[in-house]
Amino acid sequence: MDILTCTYIIVGLTFLLYIGIAIKTRASSTKEFYIAGGGVSPLANGIATAADWMSAASFISMAGLISFMGYDGSVYLMGWTGGYVLLALLLAPYLRKFGKYTVPDFVGDRYYSQTARLVAVVAAIFISFTYVAGQMRGVGIVFSRFLEVDINTGVIIGMIIVVFYAVLGGMKGITYTQVAQYCVLIFAYMVPAIFISLQLTGNPIPQLGFGSTLADGTYLLDKVDGLLTELGFMAYTSGSKDMIDVFFITAALMVGTAGLPHVIVRFFTVPKVKDARKSAGYALLFIAILYTTAPAVGVFGIYNMITNINGKNMDALPAWVQNWQKTGLIKMEDKNKDGLILYQKDQQKNELIIDKDIMVLANPEIAGLPNWVVALVAAGGLAAALSTAAGLLLVISTAISRDLLKNALAPDISEKKELLFARFSAIFAVVVAGYFGVNPPGFVAEVVAFAFGLAAASFFPIIIMGIFSKRMNKEGAIAGMIIGLLFTLGYLIYFKFLNPSLNNKENWWFGISSEGIGTLGMILNFMVSILISRFTPPPPKHIQQLVEEIRIPRGASSAIVH
Amino acid sequence: MSTLENVDHSRSAYWKTNIRILAILLIIWFTTSFLLGIVFVKDLNQVRIGGFKLGFWFAQQGAIYVFILLIFYYVWRMNKLDKEFDVDE
Repeated sequence: MDILTCTYIIVGLTFLLYIGIAIKTRASSTKEFYIAGGGVSPLANGIATAADWMSAASFISMAGLISFMGYDGSVYLMGWTGGYVLLALLLAPYLRKFGKYTVPDFVGDRYYSQTARLVAVVAAIFISFTYVAGQMRGVGIVFSRFLEVDINTGVIIGMIIVVFYAVLGGMKGITYTQVAQYCVLIFAYMVPAIFISLQLTGNPIPQLGFGSTLADGTYLLDKVDGLLTELGFMAYTSGSKDMIDVFFITAALMVGTAGLPHVIVRFFTVPKVKDARKSAGYALLFIAILYTTAPAVGVFGIYNMITNINGKNMDALPAWVQNWQKTGLIKMEDKNKDGLILYQKDQQKNELIIDKDIMVLANPEIAGLPNWVVALVAAGGLAAALSTAAGLLLVISTAISRDLLKNALAPDISEKKELLFARFSAIFAVVVAGYFGVNPPGFVAEVVAFAFGLAAASFFPIIIMGIFSKRMNKEGAIAGMIIGLLFTLGYLIYFKFLNPSLNNKENWWFGISSEGIGTLGMILNFMVSILISRFTPPPPKHIQQLVEEIRIPRGASSAIVH
Repeated sequence: MSTLENVDHSRSAYWKTNIRILAILLIIWFTTSFLLGIVFVKDLNQVRIGGFKLGFWFAQQGAIYVFILLIFYYVWRMNKLDKEFDVDE
């Protein structure tokens, strides 16, 4: 069977599975729509969180990104996993005990202020929209590469699928769909990685394989270091970013992870406080399976690219190179007309351009695996993109129907109407996300990185202080949140849009790039809110009691009934 | 009145113990990722385990394994603490 037929069959089967699950687990109340009725087991929630978390970018692009960044790629590996420690230790158990449906719910109640709630709603919607636009684009790209349909058609097919199960199923539906999607995506990622590891190093475990020796007895990493320095690049195991920048980027990604509304809301869905702690552990475990494999895939990828293409005759390249040349992911130009392909750091001499995505996408062919594995990778990429998109869309629809409508504009609305409105908001959110997927603003890739910085500079500090400081009041929190957001946004806009030519080490504050500036925004938020809260009245007695209450696990299952 | 004060007292002892556990775990979290994987990465890279330079290994593998262990240790420790102070569910 050819690759295309295989892909259609496997992708079609997985879609049927997702829709089937959504119909079986559809939400029938607002509580089920927002937080899956609060009855998800910690294991299922952990798996669903992992799928929610790992986007098309994690699945398709991250390994390739790391293979070109070498050591510098560690910022993503540590940054996108370390935040779960903060979640499990500092946020999840207390937010679960608080027991409402959304992050703005917490901010609004804890800081006894509609203004604080509104700032939180705007931040949540903005962060989620920037993030989801990238996902819809990801769906389109996977469709166009594997199913040979137009990117825009791909986006629209993705929209229909997501509308179907997010609108029907709500949080309950997407949770169980995400469990299925995790299984598809992790299987699709691991099978080629294991075979490539076996092929290169004889070790079937990729995590160990990339520290093992090649057939000629040299260590793979030493070999890659040698190859890259010979071609004029930095050695793989040493980076080119300054230490302070690596430090700040890693911190911004970690803290941003812990402040992202679509991640936090997942911990509202489990029955007990101890389940919230445990499911953060499961989530990280399931994320780590992919995240510890990705750096191995990155090393295997760059090694395969260099040894199979560099210095080879144009007409004698392996078949997979020729196949991927058609897609434009590998581009070659024989500049010096010697018939050989030369890979060089020097752009004047370099004759080979490799897209980062190929390090994952071409793996099954490089490993000589059968066609159904190639099809599986397509299904895996779609699972990763769809699961993340659905999680984000739910945050947006909840923010509209719960935080804006129910809690601010129309408190008397009946539950039935609220649920209907939640479904409409989900459709609206999908359509807007789809629009950005079809007409991507040129800066999609950059705004996704912004989401982390903004979450780090806004939500993280005020949630932490809302739990750990009884003295923190609404004046401090609102000022901190606004200053943190404005500072971070200002720095990003200045260097990315107003003065891109100045965007280099010499002009950055303390040598911190815009990717890492969220950390500084977070510190600023902490300082401003602590300072302001000392000069303004302490929160009322009942708020201090609320803080006392959320620190104690007992009573979480009853706290959910409002 | 006295029982109420006892509850208050035991709650604040529970919270203090929790904060102490958190602080220790967060120090380990910071050390493995930010110190071993970033600040002292060059020094650690002088040491090798098999094909890995140690600093590089911490940054791309070790830190993540430590993160997982930290969370599961916290889960276990807090379940015990919740029972000790009779605040479990």
